[in-house]
Amino acid sequence: MTDIIIAGIGQTPVGEHWDESLRSLAVQAIQAAIKDSGGLKPQALYVGNMLAASLSRQAHLGALLADYAGLRFDDAQHKAGIEAETVEAGGASGGAALRQGYLAVASGLVDVALVVGVEKFTDVIGPDLEAALATLTDADYESVHGLTLTAQAALLARRYMHENHVPADGLAGFPLTAHANGAGNKNAMYRKAIALDTYQKAEPVCEPLNIFDVAPNADGAAAVVLTRRELLPKDFPHPVVRLAASTITSDTLALAERSDPLWFAAAQASVEQAFQKAGITREQVDLFEYYDAFSIFAALSLEAAGFAKRGQGWKLAGDGSIALTGQLPCATLGGLKARGNPGGATGVYQVVEAAEQLRGQAGANQIAGARYALIQCLGGPASIAVTHILEKIGD
Amino acid sequence: MEIPRHWRLNQQRYGLVGEVCPHCEAKIFPPRDICPHCGGEAKTTYAFNGRGEVFSFTTIYEAPTGFDETAPYTVALVKLEEGPLVTAQLTDLGETRPEIGMPVEMVTRKLRSDGDERGMLIYGYKFRPVMR
Repeated sequence: MTDIIIAGIGQTPVGEHWDESLRSLAVQAIQAAIKDSGGLKPQALYVGNMLAASLSRQAHLGALLADYAGLRFDDAQHKAGIEAETVEAGGASGGAALRQGYLAVASGLVDVALVVGVEKFTDVIGPDLEAALATLTDADYESVHGLTLTAQAALLARRYMHENHVPADGLAGFPLTAHANGAGNKNAMYRKAIALDTYQKAEPVCEPLNIFDVAPNADGAAAVVLTRRELLPKDFPHPVVRLAASTITSDTLALAERSDPLWFAAAQASVEQAFQKAGITREQVDLFEYYDAFSIFAALSLEAAGFAKRGQGWKLAGDGSIALTGQLPCATLGGLKARGNPGGATGVYQVVEAAEQLRGQAGANQIAGARYALIQCLGGPASIAVTHILEKIGD
Repeated sequence: MEIPRHWRLNQQRYGLVGEVCPHCEAKIFPPRDICPHCGGEAKTTYAFNGRGEVFSFTTIYEAPTGFDETAPYTVALVKLEEGPLVTAQLTDLGETRPEIGMPVEMVTRKLRSDGDERGMLIYGYKFRPVMR
């Protein structure tokens, strides 16, 4: 099969954008990605979004964003906008939208696909925001009992720390690494390293999680343009980065319905399938953009991906393994914790950042000579796991 | 309001009624008609005895709409004696600090109200420490 290329990337800074709307954020990212691709003309738009219907009272984003971004056929026969639809897979919506773009371009039916992830969180705060987020759990058996996403992660963390004798600050290395890396990313929400002491004194949110164990919900949009290698312009200005694998797997929506809640089975399956598809081994991975919506998710993802034995993933955070200079750099531009977690946009940000690494555009956070990037986003506690592998193939 | 939506779940909410798989004998909660263990059809109802132990727990301070008036409250994963885990609030804790492994039993309590003054109260299972 022909190579599917990440031809263009674009992103807005992540943060509290009081002066920007859902549509303005998306349009900025789309325009940046198209420009970065050298002006490729998309034939289909896949929008990754998680909660616009609740948070902005706005569904039907495909039509809205294709129109506002001016994505129209420019020939005389087709006086209309291009194909456009929304893809929703909870927190993995962005990754799932990218998978749809990949399928479209790989099938040969679409030559150039545009994927945009967008989320506008900050127009809603307090109990209404918690209620909107809780719709991502099982309505009949989780949220009706008052469970929240953060509490779900806390339940996992409590049991994980109990079974594996993890000290109270045993997960600290995940946010510490994220914040250290966020300092070098101009699009990150938090750009300041934190000290262990700060973590240890932090306010509990949902015990055993404290405020540094929970990535901040934030506004943002990121976009990528995909095409087949032979369709790249002759003067394409970037090192060529290929989408070497794209996989999605699923698990129970409700955490309680798993026979083994501390094992992210879907995450394991999607990573294994991705390695097989890309034809690489985990030893070849130069960086891992994991889904650290909560510190405990990072630990469980490292275990599911086979980088740590079961119950040992938390140790990689403490011993420097996941730092930029470590054996397996993770969250290289701040991850969800420091870059921020713009919901359905997050999975696209991860891919944009990994592409920057492979192109050599990651500035102070550049992983020298990076060739393979493993990227994973999760919906809920790996109720959906989306894994992508990017490979640098040209100069 | 969503009255039928909650009425449909009365058996589960008030009686912890799930299913037992006729093929592999797995006990299933909530009911789903297809056994998650063996994949066979499983439509035989089975009432759980309501006893179990705390598998994990946490306390929620920033609650969703409908629960914000009762915050803080403690939610748990409870491992039922018959096997399955369920998500539920812990109640009647008094001075008891919950811990992993603590024996609990099901009781029926108000889960939430839908907010407006004529709104429906939703009842269902919570778990309390087993009286010693």
